[in-house]
Amino acid sequence: MDVAAIAKEIKREDMLQMYHYLRLTRALEDRVTALYRQGRIVGGVYTSHGMEAIAVGYASALERDDVIAPYHRDMGAFLIRGFTTGEILAQYLGKRTGPTKGKDGNVHMGDLRRGVFGFVSHLADNLPVAAGAALAFKMRGESRVVFTGTGDGGSSRGDFHEAMNFAAVRKLPVVFFCNNNQYAYSTPLRLQMAIPNVVDRAKAYGIPGEIVDGNDVAAVYLAAKRAIAIAREGKGPTFLEFKTMRMHGHSEHDPAKYVPRELLEDWKKKDPILKAERLLGELGYGEESYFQRVAERVKSEVEAGVEFAEQSPLPEGPEMLEGVFADGADSY
Amino acid sequence: MVTTAQITEEVSYLEAISQALDEEMARDERVFLMGEDIGTYGGAFKITEGFLQKYGEWRVLDTPLAESGFVGAAIGAAMMGLRPVVEMQFADFISCAFDQITEVAAKNHYRWGAAVPMVIRAPFGGGVHGGPFHSECPEGWFFHSPGLKLVAPSTPYDAKGLLKAAIRDPNPVIYFEHKFLYRRIKSALPKEDFIVPLGKADVKRVGNDISVITYGAMVHLALDAAQALTKEGIDLEVVDLRTLIPLDKETIYSSVRKTSKVILLHEDNKTGGIGAEIAALLAEDCFDCLDGPIVRIAPPDTPVPFSPPLEEFFLPKASDIVSAARKLAAY
Repeated sequence: MDVAAIAKEIKREDMLQMYHYLRLTRALEDRVTALYRQGRIVGGVYTSHGMEAIAVGYASALERDDVIAPYHRDMGAFLIRGFTTGEILAQYLGKRTGPTKGKDGNVHMGDLRRGVFGFVSHLADNLPVAAGAALAFKMRGESRVVFTGTGDGGSSRGDFHEAMNFAAVRKLPVVFFCNNNQYAYSTPLRLQMAIPNVVDRAKAYGIPGEIVDGNDVAAVYLAAKRAIAIAREGKGPTFLEFKTMRMHGHSEHDPAKYVPRELLEDWKKKDPILKAERLLGELGYGEESYFQRVAERVKSEVEAGVEFAEQSPLPEGPEMLEGVFADGADSY
Repeated sequence: MVTTAQITEEVSYLEAISQALDEEMARDERVFLMGEDIGTYGGAFKITEGFLQKYGEWRVLDTPLAESGFVGAAIGAAMMGLRPVVEMQFADFISCAFDQITEVAAKNHYRWGAAVPMVIRAPFGGGVHGGPFHSECPEGWFFHSPGLKLVAPSTPYDAKGLLKAAIRDPNPVIYFEHKFLYRRIKSALPKEDFIVPLGKADVKRVGNDISVITYGAMVHLALDAAQALTKEGIDLEVVDLRTLIPLDKETIYSSVRKTSKVILLHEDNKTGGIGAEIAALLAEDCFDCLDGPIVRIAPPDTPVPFSPPLEEFFLPKASDIVSAARKLAAY
């Protein structure tokens, strides 16, 4: 897509804000990785390193009352929905001030009041759930949309199929995406599926599908906007395949030796932050000194978060007994 | 049980379920139904017959054959403020939705505070020659999954009142309705709105000698056995759990403290069943008051067989309770 078209379709302030969130996501997750390596975070650390443009792009394309049922490499979506770096780091550190109050760790967080569903490790589980939220919107005649997705691995699960089929049959206002980062833990695409593109499956559900450069935040944003518009008009779901590469291991404990180094070197050149900076330069929206200022700003935001999280109290053991059952029900 | 002069005609267990759904849908527009063949066809057991015409295709939603998908969808709709009631065509098929129920619905509130107010209706149980895939009692799987409430009514009154309470509860509730009882038992019900609160067992027959703790269709078996034993001077108390989670320990304990002898009766197979848990609770909390061994009556650890003599052998019988009671009475 040429620069003039992007300039026309994406507002300057939106581009700059997406760049901010790309940098914030990277800075936050790099800090989380560092804390993990220092042994200060227990449990798994699953980052979106090198894939930040996906969540930043789609979450920026949504309206505030839309709902997100994120994938586990969608940190940008949490930040855009107002989860602070402090809350997120508190979640990683198992503190009471995290969104799950220590009940769950890392990216397994959500908040109904901010329209973000809690991520479930059983990949693709949230796809039918997202379709159900969209069903509620459709039944009530609301023009709201749900955005959800999983990875190339998750696309093998039955819930992926059941959700897409149901949403297609009932023309529900939901957008499905696949973060195709080429590896599900250590399993490469060729052992995951016998088709060249995950999006080929869209045809089988009778819904539109699109392949998108997942490392290009502008492309993700515009593709998401198109799919969201279709959903909002009552024309049903769209399936977007975001092509990207998982640059770290499955989790930070995993050195991912099964990934060819040259593949990583090749994808490093397509880093979403580098791509965004190139685009901002071409658009005349920013250059090196601006990028530096953003980097400093997000660094202080992350450090403030670390301080908040570290000073936050751990939960007391007996708090684990709370919350198995609800006394009442909220909604978003 | 019916405490009012305003009573209806005799209503079957099946009609009681249908009435509860109809009244809750009329009372609360957030309530809607999802499942296979529930619309045009009115459901495999005709519980939702006529609902499509009355409430339209979005509130009586025929789904694709995909239990995991539509249970997941119900979870999402519940979180967005609706009150879905999902029908499993047979409780056996709930295994297809096991992951959504145990990992998503059951854990959501605990993990991140999002309540999931939904009901899954699961027609369960044998005695109807359904074979291994249409006769199961799968409550044991869910009994062990914190975050779910489990209900298993034995009478039309409880069926109606518990379903209404389940729909109004802010948690995921699995409602096990016994297929054998659908058209076999009838009773008059109050005309006005009523609920049976979740978590309260009911003493269906007061007795002094032995407590039979049970639920579902087995309640009627226990009542038959109690009747048969009256001539022998053995007085059974029949405790109908009605709700399995939360379990009404108070009613169980107070019955056993009175009788000092207990038979745990269920239709789910024996190992790791509800009876095993209650036996453990009694051993922990009521050991001093027991005058005899805790007895469990439950089917063997096999799938539910099809052929009538095989299924008859599989299912507990009133005579099993009678002979167990005689042995216990001798202590």
